[in-house]
Amino acid sequence: MSGPGLVSAARTPNASQGAESRMTRALREASIAGALAGVLGFFFLALRTDIVTGGLEVTTRWGLWFTAIAIVFAGRLALNLFWFGHSYGAGKTAGRKITRLLPSSKIVGRVALAFALILPFFFMVLFPNRDRQYIDLSILIMTYIMLGWGLNIVVGLAGLLDLGYVAFYAVGAYSFGLSAQYLGFGFWTALPMAGLLAATWGLILGFPVLRLRGDYLAIVTLAFGEMIRVVLINWKSFTGGPDGVSGIPKPTFFGLEIGRGSGSFGDVFGLPYEPIHRFVYLYYIILALALLTNFVTMRLRRLPIGRAWEALREDEIACRSLGINTRNTKLSAFSTGAMFAGFAGSFFATRQGFISPESFTFLESAIILAIVVLGGLGSQIGIVIASVVMIGGIELLRNLDFLKQIFGPSFEPAEYRMLIFGLAMVVIMVWKPRGLVSTREPSATLKEKKLIGADQIAQGEGH
Amino acid sequence: MEYFVQQLINGLTLGSIYGLIAIGYTMVYGIIGMINFAHGDVFMIGAFISLAVFLVLTTVFGVTFLPIVLFLALVVSMLFTSFWGWTIERLAYRPLRGSFRLAPLITAIGMSIVLQNFVQVTQGARVKPLPPQIQGGVELMSGSVDGTTINAQLSYMQMIIIGTTFVLMVAFSLLISRTSLGRSQRACEQDRKMASLLGVNVDRTISLTFIMGAALAAVAGLMFMLLYGVIDFYIGFLAGVKAFTAAVLGGIGSLPGAMLGGLLIGLIEVFWSAYFTVEYKDVAAFSILAIVLIFMPSGLLGKPEIEKV
Repeated sequence: MSGPGLVSAARTPNASQGAESRMTRALREASIAGALAGVLGFFFLALRTDIVTGGLEVTTRWGLWFTAIAIVFAGRLALNLFWFGHSYGAGKTAGRKITRLLPSSKIVGRVALAFALILPFFFMVLFPNRDRQYIDLSILIMTYIMLGWGLNIVVGLAGLLDLGYVAFYAVGAYSFGLSAQYLGFGFWTALPMAGLLAATWGLILGFPVLRLRGDYLAIVTLAFGEMIRVVLINWKSFTGGPDGVSGIPKPTFFGLEIGRGSGSFGDVFGLPYEPIHRFVYLYYIILALALLTNFVTMRLRRLPIGRAWEALREDEIACRSLGINTRNTKLSAFSTGAMFAGFAGSFFATRQGFISPESFTFLESAIILAIVVLGGLGSQIGIVIASVVMIGGIELLRNLDFLKQIFGPSFEPAEYRMLIFGLAMVVIMVWKPRGLVSTREPSATLKEKKLIGADQIAQGEGH
Repeated sequence: MEYFVQQLINGLTLGSIYGLIAIGYTMVYGIIGMINFAHGDVFMIGAFISLAVFLVLTTVFGVTFLPIVLFLALVVSMLFTSFWGWTIERLAYRPLRGSFRLAPLITAIGMSIVLQNFVQVTQGARVKPLPPQIQGGVELMSGSVDGTTINAQLSYMQMIIIGTTFVLMVAFSLLISRTSLGRSQRACEQDRKMASLLGVNVDRTISLTFIMGAALAAVAGLMFMLLYGVIDFYIGFLAGVKAFTAAVLGGIGSLPGAMLGGLLIGLIEVFWSAYFTVEYKDVAAFSILAIVLIFMPSGLLGKPEIEKV
């Protein structure tokens, strides 16, 4: 509730407003924001309907309502006094400065890579009691990084907004799950197949829809994503319906199982078996897959096809007039992205050991898209940061037990995670529309590399 | 035959609700060219507010005269939902006007997540059942198939829904075609920059568009609650996608198109469930969306879009 008043105040510095002192204006705007919060929250915070025997019952929660109003009032006041303070004058002029290419993103990338490589051992040494939990979380984050990098090819490079990315993730997961169930395939056999199947589905779905414009494309991909999920739920004889597929095998290490008993990994290499080995192994698999995604993306960006993707993102009409086959270019981006989702999907299936349509809802697509967008469209390192912040931050919420002492034992922080996720999506987008890492490094350069500032990237197009 | 007539009535009822939501999509798309992804959730907000008003009036104040209760629920719900619509536009869309094309769509998705989870956290995740309030109806025809009697009945509930929708549609068409607000709206739709040069307050017009869309969504929310008797925080997503499909089918940007599209989608969904499979009724709606966009992007009543270089 921090928006009202800002824009109008910044845009119309007329005489009466100029005479008004800053404090009065801040107070007035904070009161408006508080009143608005009261109006909006009245039926949701102050009243609550609950099911009781014999119907529904309304209970009142005035305390919560007044607290919310007070928080919004105070927050708006603080924002006005300390944050928007200097923007009351003339609007900030957008400086068109060309910064020399900073080495920072490269250094950050290398440090992050080095840390990712030693991460399991880092946790095992420093947090011996909770290492399994932390490594499991790292696996989750790494899965989202991989999905983010995969979707980045579609959204960040080619500029096609895909809201149904999770469909290809589901295709990958189910192709491994079902081939393990019916054909007895192992993870490594199923992995290329899953990627191939997902890419094929990308082609099939992409072919009819890719001539649509930006936001239409988004909605149609969303529809396709939901359709695949509905089919997975209702095709009970083949996919198991809502019960999903269970008993999906774990990956082996060149035919050696990670587990107990003779012929297992520990037995051959003379290591005593510990359950953590399985997690460490899974972590390295997803790390390798993610790095493969990154490597392929970075290489493709230098090939003519990658340059065509980026050109397409900037201006489709110019592309077409320069003789680029836009349909094939779009299709290649779409199916390459889908292929990586397929890989990630089969990894997800092996990690969970169980898959059901519940894991592939629209929300999942929205989370992956949020990671790509918040990281800065097209920025590889930005996606890493966004995944760590968003997924790690959400998981962190589960463990904030001290909040229970403040708000009472019935307070469940995990309930709020999606709410906070959505808020973060809106706030970061409004605050930095180009994402957290908003500078873009050009893939192709004439003489020397120059960093492209966010304010220089063409506004308005890019669909 | 009776079965067919009954399904026809059911389809028109459902279609009226979709049409009311679709108007919100189509007006916003017409004026700022974005898909207001959170609009389905505004509809859900409207349904929750109507439920709360309804319960407060009947249980706390003990009002038993149903028309008064329904009328008050309608008015209060429209009013408060309009505030929600206005705030969403103000917070999430206005700061991004003039930013790159996908930015508002992304905040809209974020806003949709926020609204769903806000309602889930504050009102609980369980469905809220409301016993049917308006019973009875007019029997249109009666017949028997294989010994079982099948009646085609137009219930009072359905009459109210179709009637209210019709009245609102007429009022809205007049608003758009006769008033100065409608004129500035049509001006902004054609050329926002030129309209602002000619003295149209563009920001205000856009805000009012969102307010009107939200108010209609609130009406749809109340009707949905009365018709189905259960609401939860998730109803907005599917209804939103279907209403958007309706808007596209009718030709996005066109008000009669949205209503026509809504009716068609309602009919298709009901007939699909009645004669084919209930499980795949959502797939039917989604397929129509894809087919229309691919083969007939300007819809039934829309104007073809010309891309200028």
